[in-house]
Amino acid sequence: VNNSLLVVVLASGIAYGTPLLYSALGELLAERSGVLNLGVEGMMLVGAVMGFWAVQRIHATTALALLGAIGVAAFAGALMAAIHAFLVVTLRANQIVSGLALTIFAGVAGLSSYLGNDLNLAANPARHQFQGIFPNSFQDLPVVGPIVFGQTALDYAAWVCVLLVALYLTRTRTGLNVRAVGESPAAADAMGINVTRYRYAHTLVGGAFAGVGGATYSLSITPQWIAGLTQGAGWIAIALVIFAFWRPTLCLVGAYFFGAFTALPFALQGHGVTVAPELFQSLPYVMTVLALVLVSSRAARLRFGAPAALGLPYVREER
Amino acid sequence: MRIERRLEQPRWLAVAVPLVSLVVAFAVATVVLLATHHPPLHTFRRLFDAAFLANGALTETVVAATPLAFTGLAAAVAFRMNLFNIGGEGQLYAGAITGATAALLVAGAPSPVVIALMMLAGAAGGAVLGAIPGILRAFFSTNEIITSLMLNYVVALILDYLIFDSHSYLRDTSGFQANVFPQGKMMPDSGTWSTWTLHGLVVPLGALVALGVATAVWLLYSRTRFGFEVRVIGDSARAGRYAGMRTRRKILAVMCLSGAIAGLGGASQDGDFRHQLDPRGLTQSNYGYTGIVVAALARYNPFAVVLIAFLLGGLQNAGYTLQGADFPSGLVGVLQGLILFCALGGELFVRYRVRFERRRAPAAVEPVS
Repeated sequence: VNNSLLVVVLASGIAYGTPLLYSALGELLAERSGVLNLGVEGMMLVGAVMGFWAVQRIHATTALALLGAIGVAAFAGALMAAIHAFLVVTLRANQIVSGLALTIFAGVAGLSSYLGNDLNLAANPARHQFQGIFPNSFQDLPVVGPIVFGQTALDYAAWVCVLLVALYLTRTRTGLNVRAVGESPAAADAMGINVTRYRYAHTLVGGAFAGVGGATYSLSITPQWIAGLTQGAGWIAIALVIFAFWRPTLCLVGAYFFGAFTALPFALQGHGVTVAPELFQSLPYVMTVLALVLVSSRAARLRFGAPAALGLPYVREER
Repeated sequence: MRIERRLEQPRWLAVAVPLVSLVVAFAVATVVLLATHHPPLHTFRRLFDAAFLANGALTETVVAATPLAFTGLAAAVAFRMNLFNIGGEGQLYAGAITGATAALLVAGAPSPVVIALMMLAGAAGGAVLGAIPGILRAFFSTNEIITSLMLNYVVALILDYLIFDSHSYLRDTSGFQANVFPQGKMMPDSGTWSTWTLHGLVVPLGALVALGVATAVWLLYSRTRFGFEVRVIGDSARAGRYAGMRTRRKILAVMCLSGAIAGLGGASQDGDFRHQLDPRGLTQSNYGYTGIVVAALARYNPFAVVLIAFLLGGLQNAGYTLQGADFPSGLVGVLQGLILFCALGGELFVRYRVRFERRRAPAAVEPVS
């Protein structure tokens, strides 16, 4: 049963979906505070390269080394996001151009490759990597084995993150404040919420999540450093946030859905069916466009739409 | 510290700020190089040599700059109206696909006809792709940033499909070799765009077309009613609507124009440089995204776009030429990013005045703008 198409696709869909999920959660937090960050791809790549560097250099037990590497990746991602936050929050720059600049600065032809090259990381397998944490007897269970018990610690941690972010946004005061900042910074400001601080904090946390998402590739999926190993996952993550109507729980569904589409062509090939992989790979993008059109109507936008102040700088004097 | 809006922007600032930004960007790059034990001056010298001074470097720089001029103009046209078309990448691919198809279809015709048809087809392909986010934005108020971005990936996948995973008309299926290493069909000679040589500098037809497009865009935006309305809508969509301007039509027209310019760039890739549909080469170059950088640095002025495209083209060309073990890879992207960060940050000083004063000092009363 465990080799059947459905089980294989679902199990690897979760594995491929995890980096998307982390990055999308981060982007969701930033966007909920009103900051659109198109630099996800760049932040992921820097997270991937720094996480990989850390795992090669930290001499500790596997668990500690991996934990440290994730920390380093998150920090590196946050550092990249700080550039964007400074430019768009403090200096009021155009968020789209700044985000693209971040992807160019940090991306395939930029800092991540520079670092990977300079730290001599290419062509070495990771010294430690994330592996399944449940014993084989669990993983061999029919159907649920590979899907539920066959994943790595990173995949399970993502579930916790989804829960935390969802609770944060709906059940805590700071979370509600974030949403106020994203919907109407002027009103939030009048309430005494520090808009600048909220936007900085959530852009940085968003960067940290993207860094972890990138490290998922270099420490778990690929487990090695190859320049540009995310192959555009950062853009899918941005799409995913819209696809999920800015809701963390839907992000989870969407991430695994998109992950399954990535896995499907390979799985089909294993079953002797050859389908052009491009067909499935393009579906996430097409579906995102359709989802976006669906939520564009005025009524839907109020209920499911983007934070009203997304992409707009907030200048108190110019209200 | 207080930041207040300038009522008028002094002219000298528009020149001084970009120059200072450039200096700051190189200063930061110097720090990066020093921190990673590369000699900065030597590295910059090699970069500059490879971009502009070395034998044949200028020709290669023009080759790298031509697509950036097209995508930069495409972005500038749309961004000027606050339409954030970041689909230049996909629109360029679309133009390359339709341009190549046109060249192969009418291969027998005389060369000028083939070239003209390639340009038309390329522009049309780009325009159609640009029209999709345009229509969605105009009639469903769907955010064009994301839709145009998503379409980039869809077209990139179509490009891959045409050459690598199908036996399409554009794929070379002539021999054993072509079946093992899939590639695009070679274009007919009649579809090769002409070049002119000036003192050893080879000027491709595409570069001249880009210059022509820049002039046309400048005329359109500064000398016609259409351009005036586009600029008004860009500065204040509400003001434009109250003045009775047809915003929807303008959105659609500008998105098509933007797409057409990028598509022309795609046709120029086929005719000027690659002479076949080359998915890997096109998708790895990121012309579309870099074009947005070019447009932003040029502050959406079409002639400045051409100049910046030339400079960034030099940088990219140097990056390719120096690729190797002894040159830090990724430096070109780092430099480009830094320049753009600094230019974006510098923009603040053009639009606003930064004043340092004590916390408790009574604030000067200024008229609300």
